[in-house]
Amino acid sequence: MALIRKNKHFRWLHKHLLGLRNLSAEEITHILDTAEGFEQISTRSVKKAPPLRGKVVVNLFFEDSTRTRNSFALAAGRLSADIIEFTKKASSVSKGETLLDTAKNLEAMGIDIVVIRHSAGGAATFLSRNIDACVVNAGDGYCEHPTQGLLDVYTIRKNRGTLEGLRIAIVGDIAHSRVARSDMWAMTKLGAEVIFVGPPTLMPPQVNRLPVSVSYSLDDVIEKVDVINMLRIQFERLGGNPFPSIREYSHYFGLTVERMKRAKPDIIVMHPGPINRGLEMESEVADGPNSVILDQVRNGLAVRMAVLFLVNQAAALDQQAKKKTDKKALRKPDLLDSD
Amino acid sequence: MQSLLIKHGRVIDPANGIDRKCDILIVDGKIAEIGTSAESADTVIDASDKLVTPGLIDIHVHLREPGDEEEETIASGSAAAVAGGFTSVVCMPNTNPPIENETDVEYIHRKGRQARKTHVYTMGAITKGRQGVELAEMGFMAEAGAVGFTDDGGGIQDPAVMLRALKYAAMFDVVIAQHCQDNGFAGDGVMNAGYYSTILGLPGIDALAEQAMLWRDIQLIKKTNVRYHAQHISTAGSVDLIRAAKKESLPITCEVTPHHLLFTEERCADYDTNYKVNPPLRTEKDIEALKQAIGEGLVDALVTDHAPHLQSEKELEFLTAPFGIASLECALGLYVKALIEPRILDWPDLVRLMSEGPAKIIGIEKGTLGKGRQADVTVINPDAEYRIDVHRFHSKSRNCPYHGWTVKGKIEKTIVGGEVRFSAGD
Repeated sequence: MALIRKNKHFRWLHKHLLGLRNLSAEEITHILDTAEGFEQISTRSVKKAPPLRGKVVVNLFFEDSTRTRNSFALAAGRLSADIIEFTKKASSVSKGETLLDTAKNLEAMGIDIVVIRHSAGGAATFLSRNIDACVVNAGDGYCEHPTQGLLDVYTIRKNRGTLEGLRIAIVGDIAHSRVARSDMWAMTKLGAEVIFVGPPTLMPPQVNRLPVSVSYSLDDVIEKVDVINMLRIQFERLGGNPFPSIREYSHYFGLTVERMKRAKPDIIVMHPGPINRGLEMESEVADGPNSVILDQVRNGLAVRMAVLFLVNQAAALDQQAKKKTDKKALRKPDLLDSD
Repeated sequence: MQSLLIKHGRVIDPANGIDRKCDILIVDGKIAEIGTSAESADTVIDASDKLVTPGLIDIHVHLREPGDEEEETIASGSAAAVAGGFTSVVCMPNTNPPIENETDVEYIHRKGRQARKTHVYTMGAITKGRQGVELAEMGFMAEAGAVGFTDDGGGIQDPAVMLRALKYAAMFDVVIAQHCQDNGFAGDGVMNAGYYSTILGLPGIDALAEQAMLWRDIQLIKKTNVRYHAQHISTAGSVDLIRAAKKESLPITCEVTPHHLLFTEERCADYDTNYKVNPPLRTEKDIEALKQAIGEGLVDALVTDHAPHLQSEKELEFLTAPFGIASLECALGLYVKALIEPRILDWPDLVRLMSEGPAKIIGIEKGTLGKGRQADVTVINPDAEYRIDVHRFHSKSRNCPYHGWTVKGKIEKTIVGGEVRFSAGD
């Protein structure tokens, strides 16, 4: 397998991971390569490495999550960080502490990395502009879910060696999916072709301006793709009545055993979880030989370790640079005196 | 007898077709003479190289009183207004509680008089509590001096209620103003629906939300022939609708804000809540259409939609922060940048759209320098550049995305009823 060679001279410089839209292919590849190195830690009998020893990671979750939150907690733990769990339903403007105040309070306790999930698009970006700690986006509204995007491309790369030239269908509620967005950015940057599949009522505005093609028919697409990522129907985010019934939705967009018969034999079947079994996907498919759904979860851990490691490293570089300039600033008066 | 002489200025009074260098004499708060031969007065203002115009009028401001005095009061908002050259402003009734009866109207007027800065007018709510269900007491409010009615902040959703409001308003010769937004289309949107809302993961407000309601209202005006004013139009589609309606000589007017001429939706890309405004910032195509409309004479008034908010309110996630931009103090400079510098308007046209135009919409005897009129005059230095600095605002709020901009068109003096209420450098 022709794995993309690791670029030893590459330097990761972002102390936040807010999304994949603004990352280059090289940067994304660097995260994946770093994750590869961390994967084996989980196979050791002592599943710990020291890079984040003495660092504090806070899991700041304003939305329900089990998988992502636990994955981040585990990733931070394996890198020897201390972890604070902070779970709270997003509060409205009028009552309760604002997001900014919450974060500033945590920061005052001396945290180093904030992992944030929030129902508002841009929440992570907003936070990164207002606090000194590293910010890692664990899902902001339906904007991005970068670590999911990364673990998805990691899983595909691990299976196929590269994303170059692959055709990938992302199926379901594209309009309200942060996973679809992060996947789209990562996959297209790494050279794959992405097709968004779903009813027109679940496509976002001006989808034609995104680097993807769009299909309203899973049947048209199923034979052509190398990878199919079935999104979860997020009942909590669906406004109004974008499709008439679950029955009709499943009929057109469910990944059934019948449809799988027409797919390429080596098609990779993915799902970000949690699955609505029988809705997006029949159980036989979810648990079948083409499914990599549990690999995704496993790989998520390595990817999140890589992300925490890299942002922390960038923050350290940042701090060194600051110290240097501070020292220079301090030295200046001496120079003036000697003149 | 108090007299004030403004000498050597370029007097622009579009209503009377005046644009020439001459002096103006004000006696006892009224315009006594234009082109006077008087040599001296109690006060003399040298307006050499300056423009002397009718006092500017902004028919769309939110002064937040009563209810949100931490954001703005009529006193602070009035001070901001005269600093921006405005001698009259019209408050929107979406206060807390809303302006929905004659007592409320009188309260606004009293606060305005006490502030002793600009003339403060108000519109009343069309429906009780701005709920869009039952009509508010438009008659009593009109008698108390309300200069129009609107449920601004949102539009009246139910077409039957809007039809009833227009029919009822026919009794009083008042204008019904509408914030055109069909909530069915707008949903919980926070910015323009399009490419940027998609990549930012934010719910969008489609241009259709504005156009659908405007189209509906135009059908209702055809039926009722009542004066109707479309507030802060923001889309190319709205311009087309207005153009067609005016061609049919329907009694329709419209207004535009500076931000819809200066910013596109792209400004939201950094989640800067100072660009969160309703109607939302649209696209280049919409800006072009609005500028085209202004050039054609389709737009009747330039306004600010001054919407002050506390920094703490704007320091929230884009999704939850309130809508609004505070721009009362720098509006003229913004319009110079948006319209005069690209040569879409010349000074007399701009002055008309900021004085006579808005005065006509609300039916007040202002916006010109006619002899015997109350002396509301603005003296402008058209070439002086200045830097917009929110920290020097008289407004209580700082939610102004123009901070740091350098603009031309400095307000030198704002004279209200013959009294100098603002002087640059004070």
